Amino acid sequence: MEELMDKLKGEIILQLNLEGLKNEDIDSDATLFGEGLGLDSIDALELIVLLEKNYGIKISNPADGKKIFQSIRTMAEFINENKK
Amino acid sequence: MADVMLQFYFRKWKQQINMSNSNYITSVCSVKNGNISINNKIDFTNTENSSAVDFLKSAYSHYQLNYPKFYKMDSLCKLAFITSEILLKTNRITEKYNQEDIAIIIANSASSLEIDTEHQKAISNKENYFPSPAVFVYTLPNILIGEIAIRNKIKGENTFFIFDKFDADFMSTYINSLLNRNKATSCIAGWVDFYENNYEAFLYTVESQHEGFGIEHTNEQLNKLYTNNA
Repeated sequence: MEELMDKLKGEIILQLNLEGLKNEDIDSDATLFGEGLGLDSIDALELIVLLEKNYGIKISNPADGKKIFQSIRTMAEFINENKK
Repeated sequence: MADVMLQFYFRKWKQQINMSNSNYITSVCSVKNGNISINNKIDFTNTENSSAVDFLKSAYSHYQLNYPKFYKMDSLCKLAFITSEILLKTNRITEKYNQEDIAIIIANSASSLEIDTEHQKAISNKENYFPSPAVFVYTLPNILIGEIAIRNKIKGENTFFIFDKFDADFMSTYINSLLNRNKATSCIAGWVDFYENNYEAFLYTVESQHEGFGIEHTNEQLNKLYTNNA
């Protein structure tokens, strides 16, 4: 789980151009949107693409996004549960 | 016939505008070939970078422009953002005028071709079809006007034009028309072009009055200023 969360942090930094940030700067339980990493709606779309491209997971119900993208940990848990 | 008529009305329109009040170029910033000039004086030079984007990042750090969204922008917007930031620090028109009355009129030649090409690559393979939303949102050149407007809360008239080259005659006529007809109190205008590591930005402010730096906003003066900064 720790390994997956670290990998995910690196992928998010790269995909979302979070220049200047390192994996260790991202708290696994901090909120990704709003006060945490301050991501926006376009970033949310990028995260959906990331899940599909890197892990082969499609989010079928957009309403689930809020729960899945709450933090790095919730994303990693979702990947573990749904990875093909 | 339609073309002749258009030219006739454009000449007539220009004559009317030229008879109206004078407007002035009150500040200018140009970014090209590793140099940044403010009001015709070089303010920052860095020719050591191998890429245009590296140069823009070095300028971002040098001017301490604290705006994390900069890193998410495409190259064209990065160029426009840096140039506008320096211009508006030199001449704070956003503090002098109501933001709803400040216009932004910018043109270029390559449109958004740089990022369009990147998007095209992402969608060309149907087996590996993963278009990036963050890339796609920049596939229009007028997005750079949006970035400047969002950053400075500017809500006035804005238009983006595509020309083969900088057209001082059209730009001066169009912007003088906006100011003289009270469609705007001031304007951020110019040229921002980026394609295949070649970049050129030339932004200036236009106002109906000036203190200090002030060049009459006419075709001849604008052409001269652009040539001197090219």
